[in-house]
Amino acid sequence: MNKTVLDLWVGLFVIAGIAALLFLALKVGSMSAVNTSDSYEVVARFENIGGLKPRAPVKSAGVVVGRVADIRFDNETYEAAVTLRLDKRYAFPKDTIAAIMTSGLLGEQYIGLEAGGDSAKLKDKDRILITQDAVVLENLIGHFLYGKAQEGAPQ
Amino acid sequence: MLKRSIENLGNRTIQGVWRIGFAARFFLTMLLHSGTAFRRFGLTVREMYFTGVLSLIIILVSGLFVGMVLGLQGYETLQTYGSEEALGVLVALSLVRELGPVVAALLFASRAGSAITAEIGLMKATEQLSAMEMMAVDPIARVVAPRFWAGVISMPLLAALFSAMGIFGGYLVGVQLIGVDEGSFWSQMQSAVDFEQDILNGVIKSVVFGVAITTIALFEGYDAPPTAEGVSGATTRTVVTSSLAVLALDFVLTAFMFRGIN
Amino acid sequence: MQHDNLVEIEDVAFGYGARQVLKGINLTAKRGQVIAIMGSSGCGKTTLLRLIGGQVKPGQGTVRVAGESVGELDPASLYRLRRKMGMLFQFGALFTDMSVFDNVAFQLREHTDLPEDAIRDLVLMKLHAVGLRGAAQLMPAELSGGMARRVALARAIALEPMLVMYDEPFAGLDPISLGVTGNLIRRLTDTLGLTSLVVTHDVQESLKIVDYVYFVSEGVIVAEGSADDIRASDLPFVHQFVHGEADGPVPFHYPAPSYAVDLRLGG
Repeated sequence: MNKTVLDLWVGLFVIAGIAALLFLALKVGSMSAVNTSDSYEVVARFENIGGLKPRAPVKSAGVVVGRVADIRFDNETYEAAVTLRLDKRYAFPKDTIAAIMTSGLLGEQYIGLEAGGDSAKLKDKDRILITQDAVVLENLIGHFLYGKAQEGAPQ
Repeated sequence: MLKRSIENLGNRTIQGVWRIGFAARFFLTMLLHSGTAFRRFGLTVREMYFTGVLSLIIILVSGLFVGMVLGLQGYETLQTYGSEEALGVLVALSLVRELGPVVAALLFASRAGSAITAEIGLMKATEQLSAMEMMAVDPIARVVAPRFWAGVISMPLLAALFSAMGIFGGYLVGVQLIGVDEGSFWSQMQSAVDFEQDILNGVIKSVVFGVAITTIALFEGYDAPPTAEGVSGATTRTVVTSSLAVLALDFVLTAFMFRGIN
Repeated sequence: MQHDNLVEIEDVAFGYGARQVLKGINLTAKRGQVIAIMGSSGCGKTTLLRLIGGQVKPGQGTVRVAGESVGELDPASLYRLRRKMGMLFQFGALFTDMSVFDNVAFQLREHTDLPEDAIRDLVLMKLHAVGLRGAAQLMPAELSGGMARRVALARAIALEPMLVMYDEPFAGLDPISLGVTGNLIRRLTDTLGLTSLVVTHDVQESLKIVDYVYFVSEGVIVAEGSADDIRASDLPFVHQFVHGEADGPVPFHYPAPSYAVDLRLGG
């Protein structure tokens, strides 16, 4: 085997391998979606986050604008403090509402942002004040049954 | 009779511990003598041809077929839940997280690992390693270390090619043949596959497998008795031991990596 | 260097595990001579070469090459010393993944910074010396046993060593190759000013070319002398060896219980 031919083959192999890695990173995975360098973080507090997990998407009007960076339990307020990492390209008003939603009936949970009317925008380390908890199916059914029972009681 | 078998067992245990110690020393020596493998990178490139390039065909073909099978099986299962669009997610996640690194490593062990063992074993049996030592050239630095690094560099590239080829196979069967919607196939895949959690962890796995397989292969070759049976036995042991090592390491690594989530 | 003796072995003993192979060997090799070490198969001749090359360390006694005690050198000095030694292995031990040219060039490329042109000239010179300049581009698998041996010889002298050791250079060669190899050893020793240590059991061929002979048996030197001394020797062992008799001080039978007992004839 000629040395240069051998080098050529190894070169092709390495290029193909790196191309495969890039394909996996860009086309299969979502490396480019939110980069730490051009993002900002805001905190939202919820009384109940249901089944929300780190790295869950943050969507506004159905478009992914960021991801859940961190979920932590605040031992003083007994609330869940959820850190959202949002793309710098998207700015939201101060009075934006963060709600925990479910995609489909049994799908994964994500955070939906609904923009308010304030002219001041959210900055890094700001807090989203208005939040809406996850809908817990058991509670919902509980409420429904309780309501039915109340309806029937006065008779 | 019983005494004999207990003695036997004890002897084998001692031999085993001895070998593990020797293997660990061998691994350290190899790392310490790795300078040449990088200073004269041509040596490593040459070995990458034998371990990497020559494994390409089996890796690419197997990747394609594994992906196609995943496409068919996944579609059958997902169809019953009415969520065929998740086919892309299923194919991509199973390949990137598990099948890519593991199956590529198993193929690599039987294709390249056995070849390395046989080559080193024969070089030892025909006194080529001794001759090199007498020529004041350290065989660990000149022969063993370049093969080690070639394997460690090749393995993640091969695993990535396997996964990419598998996803292409899944795409062929799922989208082109069965007719799953192309847009949702890719977009669901993109939103579900995470770069760090899935792809990077897969790459880390394959690097670890590369280290394990080449170390076992080189050690078995270096330690092989210099006879025909010695070398053939060592080659078999390489394939068996490194396959087991890959599967066991996969369990340990997976447990470590996905412990953080949930 | 002031030493007249290039290799001095004093009272060296060595064993693999419990099996004692060498039991107190004394041997010297003068500069510029061809020394033969003879003995029956498995008597520790090859071990002796490994001791001189520093691949194993003696259990007792000292091995000195050019005044340096081989067994006590640190790895760096040992490697430096080995550059001045060449060794011809029993079946050549050519690197099977390299061409003949690359085999001979191996040490030049590993140990020198010579430009490729100079290496080419040196390699062709060495190959010319063993008569195989035309075979430079062949692979070792394409060579006959005798040719492989000669290529290995060219490789061993590539760095112009002061000492060349030959492990059974005559084993398995046809009579013509045998004569060629023998003459080469003598000629190279004289022209390059080497010292040659030949381990062999081929008495007739080696007696033609050597200056001095040591006979090893049971781990000790049993006889020594110039080629003529050996031919004329009437020591029973040497006589048996030189004339190739089946039985004598070296018995035909491996030690065993009495034949009758083994066949259970005793009843």
